[in-house]
Amino acid sequence: MIEFVMPSLGADMEDGTLVEWRKKKGDTVKRGDIIAEVETQKGLIEIEIFDEAVIEKLLIGPGTKVPVGSPLALINPIHDKAETIVTTTAKKDLIHPIIEKEKTPASPTVSSDDRIKISPLAKRIATENNIDTSTLSGSGENGAITKEDVEKSIAKKLKGALSQEALGTTTEDETASASISIRAAVAAAMSKSNREIPHYYLEKTIDMTKALVLMNKANKERPVKQRLLPAALLIRAVALSLQEVPELNALWDNGLQIRSDINIGFVVSLRKGGIIVPAIPAANLKTIDEIMSALNDIIPRAKALKLRSSELSDSTITMTSIGEGGADSVYGIIYPPQVAIIGFGNISEQPFAENGMLGVRPIVRVTVSADHRATDGLIGSRFLTALNRHLQNPASL
Amino acid sequence: MKEITKITYREALKQGVREALQNDERVFLMGEDVGRYGGAFAVSKGLLQEFGEDKIMDVPLSESGFVGAGIGAAVAGMKPIVEVMTVNFGLLAMDQIVNNAATLLHMSGGQMNVPVVIRMGCGIGRQLAAQHSHSWEPLFAHIPGLIVLSAGTHEDARHMLAKALKSPDPVIVFEYTSMLNIEKEIPVNITRVDISKAKVRKVGKDISIITYGIGVYKCMDAANELASIGIDTEVVDLRILRPLDEETILASVSKTHKALIVEDAWKSVSISSEISARIMEKIFYELDAPVLRLAGVEVPIPYPLHLEDASVPQKNDIINAVKKMLNHD
Repeated sequence: MIEFVMPSLGADMEDGTLVEWRKKKGDTVKRGDIIAEVETQKGLIEIEIFDEAVIEKLLIGPGTKVPVGSPLALINPIHDKAETIVTTTAKKDLIHPIIEKEKTPASPTVSSDDRIKISPLAKRIATENNIDTSTLSGSGENGAITKEDVEKSIAKKLKGALSQEALGTTTEDETASASISIRAAVAAAMSKSNREIPHYYLEKTIDMTKALVLMNKANKERPVKQRLLPAALLIRAVALSLQEVPELNALWDNGLQIRSDINIGFVVSLRKGGIIVPAIPAANLKTIDEIMSALNDIIPRAKALKLRSSELSDSTITMTSIGEGGADSVYGIIYPPQVAIIGFGNISEQPFAENGMLGVRPIVRVTVSADHRATDGLIGSRFLTALNRHLQNPASL
Repeated sequence: MKEITKITYREALKQGVREALQNDERVFLMGEDVGRYGGAFAVSKGLLQEFGEDKIMDVPLSESGFVGAGIGAAVAGMKPIVEVMTVNFGLLAMDQIVNNAATLLHMSGGQMNVPVVIRMGCGIGRQLAAQHSHSWEPLFAHIPGLIVLSAGTHEDARHMLAKALKSPDPVIVFEYTSMLNIEKEIPVNITRVDISKAKVRKVGKDISIITYGIGVYKCMDAANELASIGIDTEVVDLRILRPLDEETILASVSKTHKALIVEDAWKSVSISSEISARIMEKIFYELDAPVLRLAGVEVPIPYPLHLEDASVPQKNDIINAVKKMLNHD
């Protein structure tokens, strides 16, 4: 028996609120099944399970907010491989045998200090209106949450919902409050990064002529829906380059920890502000077509804040691309605990010298922002060189 | 149109007694000094001359004896009004009240009703000291078989008795000595009151102040002052302490979501304890703040005026408690 815990969906996530169980006690689940929906600062996330198991017990109910690492459910792995940990980021020491668990009262969520002081009426109204009372501050005696506090919160929620309706963005239900919390999440992660990580920056100008010729040629033979974008090529090239320079595909956690999976986090800008970084898993094992279809799948879902837990938690490196018509170069801030972020500027025609000749070529300025604790400039430079080589031989991509 | 007449609490009580004597020949008044002396508090002054010795009966100074006689008369078909000077002396008649008045219907297998009405002066008078000043309502409200009324207003003082005399079972009516000289206006055209229900004396939305007896006017005064600073209180006069009108109490608190209970009786094991418990049991999820009680300080009522005042909740205590509960600066 092992515990299924609240996964960490990034270094900036401290807790999550269970919104809905998708499975119930006694259900058999297999790797990749969605077991629950969790509300985080990054929106409503579908939580996957990574074991083949039977659900023994659901420990918390919908509406409960728990810190990362808190047990959500008890599961019984079918092959009894206790070491197949629930999520990639869950720490092993969180998994206790059930007997040990029984000694402590089964209140996985809060210690007595965290008990929310709320009047019975306020609590009832909050429950009826799906208000998370842990987010409220109380105006009553000794900070108790009163009816008035809850009603204010409902009014705020209602106002948010109404203004969204007015904007006609009904498909993105929770975006008003979500974009505020995403802003807060980005702020927290970037501040931490800039405070703690000594960045170094490298830049290389890469000629995209050959890569684009190959892409355009391929696109001519395809229906519109299956056409490739430069981003797919770039992701593929980055993935192959990381195979050669694995030091950048790593996490910094008391030292450099090189990851064998190459999961490239791809920065997606949200319409209402803020960014979200879904991962394209095992990008080095995917063909360009597969990467393209992954992008087609994940970008709309990212914009709607409907991602799965693994897509948010598993990135081993981040890539940001300015896109057509934008700035020429971008110097990213690393998303901890990763050790590098690759930035692609706008692909534009520029004078380009090669073999003693000057020509006009589509070029892209590629930057590496990397953690100097983890690697030195030589590593970053080696990566850019490898990337250039791959993009000059697009047929091998 | 509503006609209003100004009347003292004492006069209201007297009119109630006189009306009862006029309307039913089975009714008579008995008690210490009710006849020749005109009543210890002059409630029955002049009634002996008006109705004669058969109807206005002076009794020996023995509460157990004359309350027992009243119970006997009731069992025998009369409608006695027994006046006990103060409830403090009523304790001497407790055996008759509990073991006979409250119990005979049960002991007789439902054959023997005891339609006696016992009026008792209650609460602080004015510097009458501990043995004449206590509020014993909770003690009587504890006893199954009794109906316990509390006349907290002039209107109730005037009209409660008629209804009490209609009851087939023993009724204790508490009257308040300190209110006897107070003059208030009462409507002329109202000739009866409903003694089975609590009465919302003032409608409000912010908080329910639940009280009875001496507390009613104090709470109304506090409510009026609170209204001037924008706090809209609801004042519930319990009026009947046994059986409690739970419906009215719970409806009020369900509306305001906050309850302050005010009484002069000692706090422990009191009417306010009972109401607080019922609110908690029945409408816990309507509460937006803990129930608060203001009650008598748990000492014998002192003789010095300033200590006497300090021993029971006053208007300002009520105002402050409400402000605190509503987080009002």
